[in-house]
Amino acid sequence: MTCALEIKGLHKSYGDGFKALKGIDLHVNEGDFFALLGPNGAGKSTTLGIVSSLVNKSGGTVKVFGHDIDTDLAGAKLNLGVVPQEFNFNQFEKVFDIVTTQAGYYGIPLKQSRVSAEKYLKKLGLWDKRNTPARMLSGGMKRRLMIARALVHEPRLLILDEPTAGVDIELRRSMWQFLEEMNRQGTTIILTTHYLEEAEALCRNIAIIDHGEIIRHTSKRELLQQLSVETFVLDTEQELPAAPELEGYRCTLNGEGALEVDVTKGQGLNPLFVELEKQGIKVLSMRTKANRLEELFVRMVEDNARENAKGEGRV
Amino acid sequence: MTLHALWVAFVTIVVREVRRFTRIWAQTLLPPAVTMTLYFIIFGNLIGSRIGEMGGYDYMQFIVPGLIMMAVITNSYGNVVSSFFSMKFQRSIEELLVSPVPNWTILAGYVAGGMARGLSIGLIVTLLSLAFTRLSIHNLPMVVITVFLTSALFSLGGFINAMLATKFDDISIVPTFILTPLTYLGGVFYSIQMLPEFWQGVSMVNPILYMVNGFRYGILGVSDVNPFVSLGMILVFIVLLAAIALRMLARGKGIRH
Repeated sequence: MTCALEIKGLHKSYGDGFKALKGIDLHVNEGDFFALLGPNGAGKSTTLGIVSSLVNKSGGTVKVFGHDIDTDLAGAKLNLGVVPQEFNFNQFEKVFDIVTTQAGYYGIPLKQSRVSAEKYLKKLGLWDKRNTPARMLSGGMKRRLMIARALVHEPRLLILDEPTAGVDIELRRSMWQFLEEMNRQGTTIILTTHYLEEAEALCRNIAIIDHGEIIRHTSKRELLQQLSVETFVLDTEQELPAAPELEGYRCTLNGEGALEVDVTKGQGLNPLFVELEKQGIKVLSMRTKANRLEELFVRMVEDNARENAKGEGRV
Repeated sequence: MTLHALWVAFVTIVVREVRRFTRIWAQTLLPPAVTMTLYFIIFGNLIGSRIGEMGGYDYMQFIVPGLIMMAVITNSYGNVVSSFFSMKFQRSIEELLVSPVPNWTILAGYVAGGMARGLSIGLIVTLLSLAFTRLSIHNLPMVVITVFLTSALFSLGGFINAMLATKFDDISIVPTFILTPLTYLGGVFYSIQMLPEFWQGVSMVNPILYMVNGFRYGILGVSDVNPFVSLGMILVFIVLLAAIALRMLARGKGIRH
């Protein structure tokens, strides 16, 4: 399978001695929907900044569809579209001009760039705003404008750094749909996000970065299988005065009066319903609590922090 | 990138630059027209009539080439320094940095944008000057070459200033404390023949003196210095500043972390 992004031994050190990246390796296959997760300051944006040549690396290699950024930077860039975390367009320019100008930087003639700009502005619901100066757009529109701008040259690899930060739920869902459609059509997507629900919903493979090191690089499926306990939230017909005693299950009542039940891996749900039936508790609906990936993520980052503290002798 | 793609990228940068300074014409095109008209009225008509002749021409005719050149210099420089620094400040420079445009094309695009504004202002000032005096061209190629190269040189200067600048104050220091004094002392309003010998020698190290005189030679046929030496000086400085600017771009000075 073709490798969309291959990173080997990537280092980044700053003048003050701070090491933002400590030799990370990353491999993203063509067609993948990949999440790079990590707490603030872990090195996510630095990694993506180096890939998109906004940050100079201190060591290591980066290849985009086989184009090494040291020897064939233009080839790498032609295959890459970047949606940064912060708005980085000229606020005084019109939406349409921003997108067509970006196409021009890739050497796409104006006639062709107009067609491409129209296609993506329409897909992202910005066509009506094409003659509006960018500063007049809402936050969500500005995010969509950056996606349209990143796609105007039809890149094979799209990198999104926190694409839905500060975006309302409805818009976030529509952006997810759009990105899933792009991925289905063959665009490889890498995203960083703080909404782990987003990574869980969209991505197939995940890497977790912390303190400049990749602490996990695997498939979402494999990662989620590590969860030994999953919490289910059950809405009951009658309001329960207290959490019932269910044999083999740990139960609590949450603040909204719903029943929360911890189910251990392999335990299954059938015995739970038998127990509930015995006690005359009728369940109206059931869902998993929060998102499982978040639970795992927090645990991994905490474990890593403990390991680092041990290494530094300050347990 | 293919040659055609490079051309498209270059034209895109130039068009964006022209769109920028024409969109804010009240800040870019109008002020120099008003300022130069005041110079023509005050220095040319009111004071100039009492000064009489300079270099064999009446004072108004003598200062017109210098004033045109002054407008070209300040506007070429000002366009690139403010445009590029604004892009850095707003981070829209990242649009260019993530694209495959080579550094030399970025530099050429900005310099051409600065020249477009500098030469537009030069044309506006020239047309305005015709309302006050008569201009006859002594050597057209010299006029054209000098004004084009000077505009390119100061666009490069503006680019380097913008690369080094970290705050808005930094983009006004050079124009205020270096460019303006050198322009005023560069023989725009007087012939250096009027100065004592020592100050004539000091004036000769001012690069703007060569540009003003090269241009004046092209229009009036009089110059304090050899016009071909002027051209040579401008070319040397262009090569030097272009090399510095390209090196800064390659290292990502102030634009890459």
